[in-house]
Amino acid sequence: MDQKIRVLIAKPGLDGHDRGAKVIARALRDAGMEVIYTGLRQTPEMVAEAALQENVDIVGLSILSGAHLTLVPRIIELMQANGQSKVPVFVGGIIPEEDVNVLLDAGVKAVYGPGSATTQIIDDIQKLMAEK
Amino acid sequence: MSSLVSSRLHEDIWDNRLLLARLITEVENDTATGRDALEILYPHTGNAYIIGITGAPGVGKSSLVNQLALAFRKGTGKETKPHVGIIAVDPSSPFTGGAILGDRVRMRDLSGDTGIFIRSMAARGAIGGLARTTAQVARLMDAAGFEVILVETVGAGQAEVEIASLAHTTIVVDAPGLGDDIQAIKAGILEIADILVVNKADLPGVENTERALQAMLQLSNHSGRASSAGSSSTPVWEVPVLRTVSNKGEGAFEVMENALAHLHFLRTSNEWEKRQHLRIRDEVENLVMQTMQQHWMKNLPPSALDKSVEALYSRKATPYQTVKDLLKLSGFNFD
Ligand SMILES: Nc1nc2c(ncn2[C@@H]2O[C@H](COP(=O)(O)OP(=O)(O)O)[C@@H](O)[C@H]2O)c(=O)[nH]1
Ligand SMILES: [Mg+2]
Repeated sequence: MDQKIRVLIAKPGLDGHDRGAKVIARALRDAGMEVIYTGLRQTPEMVAEAALQENVDIVGLSILSGAHLTLVPRIIELMQANGQSKVPVFVGGIIPEEDVNVLLDAGVKAVYGPGSATTQIIDDIQKLMAEK
Repeated sequence: MSSLVSSRLHEDIWDNRLLLARLITEVENDTATGRDALEILYPHTGNAYIIGITGAPGVGKSSLVNQLALAFRKGTGKETKPHVGIIAVDPSSPFTGGAILGDRVRMRDLSGDTGIFIRSMAARGAIGGLARTTAQVARLMDAAGFEVILVETVGAGQAEVEIASLAHTTIVVDAPGLGDDIQAIKAGILEIADILVVNKADLPGVENTERALQAMLQLSNHSGRASSAGSSSTPVWEVPVLRTVSNKGEGAFEVMENALAHLHFLRTSNEWEKRQHLRIRDEVENLVMQTMQQHWMKNLPPSALDKSVEALYSRKATPYQTVKDLLKLSGFNFD
């Protein structure tokens, strides 16, 4: 009846500000999605467990700390282990060119740099969900 | 039937967080699978102790829920640690239908404890402070073995009395500095309180807030919802006013103890039975009305409503007769 796209926006790692994550969260809400926002300094375990409990359709990770190569694969691994291998993960933040493919190979659906338009992210999510 | 639901669902769902999470979505979306699940599980529910936490945005509801969950998980010393389910409801945007559900931000202390399960819900247009399906989601948690369920309401204002019919114990939270005249806690919401909490007791003005609440309690001669009985032989619940500092964890243990005392009061008076019957009656009434409404909309011939509107507009028809006709068209006959 009343289906809604549910998105987890998480900030794993130790970097101390979440302005970017909040901008995305608001944009997704304004596109009609339900956004679960978990705040700063999430461990990979916290992210994977929150995604499970909230049964989200998609997970967005915002990472500025540079620790993406350790955090992201770990989160994907944990999500596979707890039954969420079908839940797409996207990453936003400052990701060097050469790391993008590493993340994609690790199972990330898309990587968005600081210049990415939120409309692009919304479009991509809606397309992904329509395919489901 | 969906692959999620078998006739042994009450066994499957026990201690199965993934299945619980998925079924909550089905129930939240009011799907056939969700309904099947609720039907199968119903005989296995009715065991959980449900506590409602309400109060204006920003008073510290989520922070208190966090501390209460910790307190329950530490236990009272007498019994085994209960599993704690949490449902946190936030408003949906009336314009886009979207929502930001941010209550987990205040509950990070609870991560890593598999005895706790947190679910955020958007109100999806419901105005009573809960989503339409919050009670059913609580029932799923109940069936999955969560003995204590904490429900945080939207906290938008006066009309949030729905929580009182869902929860066994309703905690109304206030805080200093909200402006004593435009207190979030007005008579209406005060009447549903079994426990009053003044959170942010570290801030100046606690005494004022406390005094205002005490005064309002006396004014309404309010001593819990049991007071209507009035006779001196029936036990009476005195609504306590408690202080907490929820971002530091102060006072939460006392709130838990008072909640358990209230539970004991319910159990040892006839209040428990009375409230459960009221709650079930409410639920059945609502379901009947919802079902009739859906039936009406589904069975109404396509353009019938448009035609009626047109006829009413040109004053060729009259409202009550139109209603009768429209109901008849979808199979209801009230003559
Ligand atoms: N000073 C003070 N701040 C608090 C207290 N409890 C919560 N807060 C803060 O109040 C803000 C709102 O808290 P939250 O639990 O999200 O409130 P809710 O909107 O009612 O759920 C947060 O910044 C908390 O850290 C308290 O006892 N004292
Ligand atoms: Mg809250």
